[in-house]
Amino acid sequence: MAAVAPVRRPKRRSIPVGRILLLGFFLAFVLWPLYWMFNTSIKPSDDYLTVPPVWFPTAPTLVHYEAALFAYRGLDGLINSLIISLSATVLSALFGTLMAYSLARYNTGGQHLSFWVLSQRFLPPIGIVLPVFLIYRGVGLYDTHIGLIIAYTVFTLPVSVWMMFAYFRGMPKSMEEAALVDGCTRWEAFWRVAVPLAAPGIVAAAVFAFIACWTEFFFALILTSRTAFTLPTVFRAFIGFQGAQYGEAAALAIVSLVPSIALGVLAQRHLVRGLTLGAVRG
Amino acid sequence: MAEVRITGLHKRYGAFHAVRGIDLDIRDGEFTVLVGPSGCGKSTLLRTIAGLEESSEGTIEIGGEVVNDFRPRDRDVAMVFQDYALYPHMNVAKNIGFGLKARKMPKSEVEARVAEAARMLGITPLLGRFPRQLSGGQRQRVAIGRAIVRSPRIFLFDEPLSNLDAQLRDEMRGEIKRLHQDIATTMIYVTHDQIEAMTLADRIVLMRDGLIEQQGAPLDLFERPASTFVAGFLGSPRMSFLPGTLKLDGSAAAIRLSEALLPVAPGRSLNGAVDGQAVLLGLRPEHLTRAHAATPAQGTFRYDATIDLLQPTGSRSYATFRLAGAPVMAELQAHDVSRPGERLPIDINMNRASIFDAKTERAI
Repeated sequence: MAAVAPVRRPKRRSIPVGRILLLGFFLAFVLWPLYWMFNTSIKPSDDYLTVPPVWFPTAPTLVHYEAALFAYRGLDGLINSLIISLSATVLSALFGTLMAYSLARYNTGGQHLSFWVLSQRFLPPIGIVLPVFLIYRGVGLYDTHIGLIIAYTVFTLPVSVWMMFAYFRGMPKSMEEAALVDGCTRWEAFWRVAVPLAAPGIVAAAVFAFIACWTEFFFALILTSRTAFTLPTVFRAFIGFQGAQYGEAAALAIVSLVPSIALGVLAQRHLVRGLTLGAVRG
Repeated sequence: MAEVRITGLHKRYGAFHAVRGIDLDIRDGEFTVLVGPSGCGKSTLLRTIAGLEESSEGTIEIGGEVVNDFRPRDRDVAMVFQDYALYPHMNVAKNIGFGLKARKMPKSEVEARVAEAARMLGITPLLGRFPRQLSGGQRQRVAIGRAIVRSPRIFLFDEPLSNLDAQLRDEMRGEIKRLHQDIATTMIYVTHDQIEAMTLADRIVLMRDGLIEQQGAPLDLFERPASTFVAGFLGSPRMSFLPGTLKLDGSAAAIRLSEALLPVAPGRSLNGAVDGQAVLLGLRPEHLTRAHAATPAQGTFRYDATIDLLQPTGSRSYATFRLAGAPVMAELQAHDVSRPGERLPIDINMNRASIFDAKTERAI
């Protein structure tokens, strides 16, 4: 505390012009591209590149959505993406939580294993995609949902483990010890005390994993073909020899946003707490 | 209800030797306080009894049964933690009933026992609340409720009051003492606070560097400390230690502190100490009073003190003066002394003084 407290004068409430301007600018910066994408997705094709641009389409149309979802098989891609991303997210959260708990509470693998887990992310994907491709071809995982689920689980695991590791380490041990003395087995103390307390961290790790899977392009491109292809790979088709299909691309981009936004809204409450990685005790 | 017997217990963490050979017998229903400075191994010992730490060597018996290989849940002990360790995602009733539920007790009985424990601790109105909605004292009560509801054989307390403010600490200390009187179960209590140790214990086990320095009834330790460490740890303000030499003259003994010669109480055993031996004279503030009688009583030594520091507490005043160059504190009646610099005759009760070997710091 300062020795002399500043004299407080009653302040008249004024309109915070600077703050409103700043927020308005930021909002426009974020929302403008989204609006333009949405606008493009419902414009007739002739209006894409007109000067001056068409700000509000007079004759909105859903043809681009229809084409993107059905002709270009965007709907199949969407379903594949949902199956693969959700499965990989659940597996990643499950194994990540178990492994992180083991690292944090049992000091599994001494001081190096936890860092070794994270170090797997230092490897550039291009360095492993060809061997993985060849292995997948050999064992029949190429262009299968399972194949991509396994790949995505493995690739998101390091970050999930690392986030959960930090979370568990920040949690006081004494609650689990109280449970052990109270009559729980190790597994019950983990499941009934540690996991509910770590829920914000688990959700945060799961959201990160989901975002990583949902937007992943490179492995999906190499490891899938006509069956297990994911949404991001569908976008390739919109740039063809006939020129770019702006409307279809914009329509599919809007569709691909929906799950991310829904997830964000659902997980927001947990996410903010989870991102502090256990620094704040509840 | 059970007695605890610890034999040759060691605990090592890698190269660090936290508990270095403890032998301890705790009787059924006894309130034992493990006390000592931080790092003396008292918490480690408690956690080893609970089964939260594995012992490196030695055995732990509870109720005549060696429990070294038992999981914590199978030892039938309850523990109250320093940070309360309530489950934040459960309300008070669920917190208290958790242990019973984990042991598959029927729901109706869980509810009845939770209600009874809550009534005992006066927390019935809090049963529906969550830990984050409780004050520190209420959390501590819930933690105690979680322990008593199971009627365990032994209660373990790990510095349960150290997170509370002073007033609440006094209050909860009284409640824990009352709890022990009511249920008379074996309790083992860890603290670094000597007042808690003195007030709560049937027996104090004073630890230092992983070993038991001295154990016994609180007053025994207070009156007859085995070493300067015990003497200095128990009692507040601290005992003053004055370096001097032992003078033996036939059957009479005295301690010389530079020019002053303080007679040792006649008949006091000196355990083979020799003439000229370097000693430390230990004087507690309450062994010193302002002299009012014309001549000092039997076994007291009168000294003309010049007070150089005065700390009034209201009922008493702590006056510090120098005796043979060393500072000594006296606990005086508030009206016996008015200001620093005052000259006062002080009577030192040598019958209650402690004498230690200066080299080994053990009591003579």
